Amino acid sequence: MSIFINKNTRIITQGITGKTGQFHTEKCQEYANGKECFVAGVNPKKAGESIFNIPIYASVKEAAAETGATVSVIYVPPPGAAAAIWEAVEADLDLAICITEGIPVRDMLILRNKMKAKEAAGGKKTLLLGPNCPGLITPDEVKIGIMPGHIHRKGRIGVVSRSGTLTYEAVGQLTEIGLGQSSAVGIGGDPINGLKHIDVMKAFNDDPDTDAVIMIGEIGGPDEAEAAQWCKENMKKPIVGFIAGVTAPAGKRMGHAGALISGGADTADAKLAIMEECGFKVTRNPSEMAKLLKAML
Amino acid sequence: MKIHEYQGKQILKKFGVTVPRGIHCTTVDDAVKAAETLGGKVWVVKAQIHAGGRGKGGGVKVATSLEKVREYASQILGMQLITHQTGPEGQKVRHLLIEEGADIKHEYYVAALTDRATQSVAIMASYEGGMDIEEVAHKTPEKIVKVFVNPLVGLTDEQALTLAKGMGMNEASIPQCVDTLKKLYTCYMETDASLAEINPLIHEGDGTVKALDAKFNFDSNALYRQEEIVAMRDLDEEDADEIEASKFDLAYISLDGNIGCLVNGAGLAMATMDTIKLFGAEPANFLDVGGGATTEKVTEAFKIMLKNPKVKGILVNIFGGIMKCDTIATGVVAAARETHLSVPLVVRMKGTNEDMGKQILKDSGLPIISADSMAEAATKIVAAVK
Repeated sequence: MSIFINKNTRIITQGITGKTGQFHTEKCQEYANGKECFVAGVNPKKAGESIFNIPIYASVKEAAAETGATVSVIYVPPPGAAAAIWEAVEADLDLAICITEGIPVRDMLILRNKMKAKEAAGGKKTLLLGPNCPGLITPDEVKIGIMPGHIHRKGRIGVVSRSGTLTYEAVGQLTEIGLGQSSAVGIGGDPINGLKHIDVMKAFNDDPDTDAVIMIGEIGGPDEAEAAQWCKENMKKPIVGFIAGVTAPAGKRMGHAGALISGGADTADAKLAIMEECGFKVTRNPSEMAKLLKAML
Repeated sequence: MKIHEYQGKQILKKFGVTVPRGIHCTTVDDAVKAAETLGGKVWVVKAQIHAGGRGKGGGVKVATSLEKVREYASQILGMQLITHQTGPEGQKVRHLLIEEGADIKHEYYVAALTDRATQSVAIMASYEGGMDIEEVAHKTPEKIVKVFVNPLVGLTDEQALTLAKGMGMNEASIPQCVDTLKKLYTCYMETDASLAEINPLIHEGDGTVKALDAKFNFDSNALYRQEEIVAMRDLDEEDADEIEASKFDLAYISLDGNIGCLVNGAGLAMATMDTIKLFGAEPANFLDVGGGATTEKVTEAFKIMLKNPKVKGILVNIFGGIMKCDTIATGVVAAARETHLSVPLVVRMKGTNEDMGKQILKDSGLPIISADSMAEAATKIVAAVK
């Protein structure tokens, strides 16, 4: 098992004909069951054509109806990305994964409130992963996103992080000491996003094939603290925690739009303290995340 | 992106918020002329820099004669204004705002900002204006009222009234305050701001509600659709190296330490800085080369890091995914040659084409120190600079 996706997941790619979309679609197809999983692309101007043997449809709704796909991955450039996510939501998909970096915050604010309004009115809930994220992978089954497939091994450890390369770092360490991963999830570095640490931790807790989790966060925002509080009461599995940005100065945006200290509660030290208090094994040395986890199994 | 107070007030005015009459100028003579044009008997001479805390630092003076306007303008223009936000070296004052005096009866605080937890726009207001709001929030949080605005609905009359009453606004001024809050919200949304703060907002003897200051931050992701805002950018107020880096699509922030670091990915870059600190030194910068690093980009990154005279060593940490280690290694070798690198260089590479990358570094004949883990890399660079 795994969380959110597996080898039976069928996927639509929005923005498949752009340079980034093409590049990563090919890599995703090459990985494990990718050829069976990636079943549709969307581009209204190229409907009826195909790319890498993947048929292109005019809309997400049509692609979903024709192929039975329930998940979409989005590489659409920032000005149209929020509209692309909304199209996936309106098509009642289970999950939309937005890789795009640089979407205006206002667009995300409006989109997230539209998604909540749809759910409140009894409409189907579509999960959103990202934006500005590497995507997620269930090793040896399916990879949706831009992470390097070859560093992963199938196994029983979950990984969740706001940062792409820091996720790879954790995965690389795990693989190196012989621990495979159930799923690795990048939730993205933007301030207004979909799935948060807490949502992914809940999913890992419920997944019978995940034994333990590495949770990686960074400065800025309340999400890690919120997840830690939930884990304290509910999480049945060991967790190793790391927060990047102990050395980051306040008030400076550290690469990610959301990596900005704005008060006393969202510094790395404050988050590490809360996680420790909530029963995480926390470390300030990111080189020993996997080693610490192994010692807890 | 930040702007000056005088620009912030132009924006507020455009959205219908009442601000004092004022004139922006850059010379002492123009400052005196501005005061003459404004008329009246009292003027405020205000230094325009992007940092806050200008009043305490001596950058805001009230003048009661044209001679005083001249005296204060000459003192302030060109001074290195030091505030708690500028750092010890201060910021050179190149712009002034000359304003008519205001009949201040009370100073309040209002601000709009994006709230991550509720995914809405928070509007905050307080009776304790003119002070450091963080201090108010810390010591007397009950003195701050807050409402959360659903962007699909906008700030309602009811919410605006809750704020106006909650902040203790002068009774007669409440209708104008409600109107001002609604305009502030509209302005926040339409300009893609990430912070719009008026501190202080005042009421005058005749009940008029006025914005005596204006502080804005804008979402850099949205600048492509905010031409008017982009035109207000003042590069003199920004770090020259950060501007240079942004031309090459590098995210760079200078820090106080002596170990330069070059990393791919923002999270890994912060983790690398933290590891340097953990092993006994301080990072000289944050630098994310991004996902598509080329030889040219890596060379530029080296040049920018080495401009900092404090840099005594460099740590390169790359987790190769889509970006291949051999590409980076070629870039690092070229950069080291082109910059005639004379400080120790430790390179840690993992991931795609790791072995090819290591071989390229080895074959270069340059004294590059190789490391397997971040911890080992940090240990080696710290030892090398001591």
